[in-house]
Amino acid sequence: MRKLRVVIAKPGLDGHDRGAKVIARALRDAGMEVIYTGLRQTPEQIVSAALQEDADVIGLSILSGAHNHIAPRLMDLLKVKGLDDVLVVIGGIIPDVDIPKLKEIGVKGIFLPGTPMQQIVDFINANARARV
Amino acid sequence: MNCGMKTATGTEKERWERDTLEPTLKKSPERAAAFTTISGRPIDRLYAPDDLGDIDVARDIGLPGEFPYTRGIHASGYRGKLWTMRQFAGFGTPEDTNGRYKALLAAGGTGLSVAFDLPTLMGRDPDHELSLGEVGKCGVNVTSLADMETLFDGIRLGDITTSMTINSPAAVIFAMYLVVAERQGAAWNRLSGTIQNDILKEFIAQKEYIFPPRPSMRIITDIFGFCSTEVPRWNTISVSGYHIREAGATALQELAFTLRDGLEYVQWGVEAGLDVDDFVPRMSFFFNAHSDFFEEIAKYRAARKIWAETMRTRFGAKNERSWKLRFHSQTAGVSLTAQQPYNNVVRTALQALSAVLGGTNSLHTNSLDEALALPTEDAAKLALRTQQIIAHESGVANVVDPLGGSYFVERLTKDMEDGALAYFRAIDNMGGMVEAIERGYPQKEIAESSYKFQQSVERKEKVIVGVNDFVQQDEPPIEILYIDESAADAQLAKLEQLKRTRDGDAVKRTLDALRDGARGTTNLMPPIIDAVRAYATVGEVCDALRDVWGEYEEVPVI
Repeated sequence: MRKLRVVIAKPGLDGHDRGAKVIARALRDAGMEVIYTGLRQTPEQIVSAALQEDADVIGLSILSGAHNHIAPRLMDLLKVKGLDDVLVVIGGIIPDVDIPKLKEIGVKGIFLPGTPMQQIVDFINANARARV
Repeated sequence: MNCGMKTATGTEKERWERDTLEPTLKKSPERAAAFTTISGRPIDRLYAPDDLGDIDVARDIGLPGEFPYTRGIHASGYRGKLWTMRQFAGFGTPEDTNGRYKALLAAGGTGLSVAFDLPTLMGRDPDHELSLGEVGKCGVNVTSLADMETLFDGIRLGDITTSMTINSPAAVIFAMYLVVAERQGAAWNRLSGTIQNDILKEFIAQKEYIFPPRPSMRIITDIFGFCSTEVPRWNTISVSGYHIREAGATALQELAFTLRDGLEYVQWGVEAGLDVDDFVPRMSFFFNAHSDFFEEIAKYRAARKIWAETMRTRFGAKNERSWKLRFHSQTAGVSLTAQQPYNNVVRTALQALSAVLGGTNSLHTNSLDEALALPTEDAAKLALRTQQIIAHESGVANVVDPLGGSYFVERLTKDMEDGALAYFRAIDNMGGMVEAIERGYPQKEIAESSYKFQQSVERKEKVIVGVNDFVQQDEPPIEILYIDESAADAQLAKLEQLKRTRDGDAVKRTLDALRDGARGTTNLMPPIIDAVRAYATVGEVCDALRDVWGEYEEVPVI
């Protein structure tokens, strides 16, 4: 079986990329192929990166409060492109009240500040399926 | 200094280690094989006179108010004037934030500090594609002069000092402030405050850049030049380590990169033809007040000394105001935890205390709920009260540099200085900070430190109370400030109305003049002021500059 391929993306205008970079490195150290998109990616750019990179997982880092706009658009685009089997997870600052809405549209994992890196690695290993 | 009294068999410390320490360690070993600061710096168990061997007390430590200012820039410390309690605030619409400012001033705050939202910081109007979901979320949205007038409505700009955290579009926002002040009848040469205006740390750490490094540096030197004659009491830049630290740098990296950024600005100012003593006195600094108490105090003390000596020897500054490093500090946002948020009050109090013991000139204390959201009004008030308790109840403000002479603090101060100077040499060898940034050097150093720290947390070598130890299940949620989309709707409606009612020809004419200016070499402040006076928006002014200079794109370093 090939390694899991993960696209780590930083959507929106925010430039605080410490979390995105740390998790990118942790996933790589855990044996995954990690593609970091860099900053200020629109949902369209993220989906196109996922398609191009044949990603099994998309990890979004969002701290600014823009998740209610970005996540629904991303999930819709994934459906349109036939990528609805890609595991989508979000790390960042997400108010409790928004979590059920995000889960409902198909975001599988939401990781809040203080989550151990190992927990995220384990979650991805348990929930993502490498394409053949 | 006569240190380490020698005995026949070595120093006093060596004798103590042999006679007293060793038997103790045999009976009860220490908690760990090695002790380090939060930055990973090894720390000895005891500091004694022996440890001050290479420190000359008169030359290196000196006295407060005198060169090299290790012990502070004011001879009387906080006995004359306390530090400025400046609480950073901004959210939603200018109307929302204006209300918060009035509340902070009524609660005894002594200066304003504006937090802008991401569209404003990135020079985008609310109707831009990338502004979707971001308007008013992380700060206040200011699109045009009309918003700036609302933001300061009922607040006399001639009577207060205002700090504005704005970088790439700093010249635009500052121009708006000047026009609002003028309309209130406040003369520019009486205005006092600060714009952050520090683009280098954006490339290094926070990543809120728009234009490439070189034109970005040019606007900054234009602001230095403009203010030296037109707004002489304004602090033209706040060279910031805060964001460098938040991105994962160690205390030493924060110190070294920040001061080296400062030197880069001075160098560019000199190369633009300015006299050092005309603009350096208006430069200020901004440091992070992190959790490792003594390391932070040493960092501030070393910063003052390095700056004073470098200004005098490297740039030949003669005005003592060019030698004095003045700084704002803010407690470490990154240290706040979403778990057991009330613990954050204690963290913040300790961090604030370190900034005060390090001689900060102004201070922002974070609110307990900031790992979750922007602060509620009650949380922001408690953060201000924390400073007031330190100032008025703890007694620490009654004596100047109370830790001066501590073997530990003086040793650490000297080590921080030596470490920073080694970084300076490395960056000088690359050709300067702009060149170092272009090759990703500080970015890589920080990414490395940040990953190492995270690993040490995972391994529990560093304990974070409530996160990787002393964890509590089923915590009750706390009340947070939830910012909905009403601010975005309001700002979009105002923008639409503005575009209908302003003089479109004047906007076009002033933006064309600005493009011409950007292609040439004349000072850009006057054409920017003309454009904002005509109600050109932040997005339009930045677009005019994007037309000429393009946008910066970084090669990400993991």
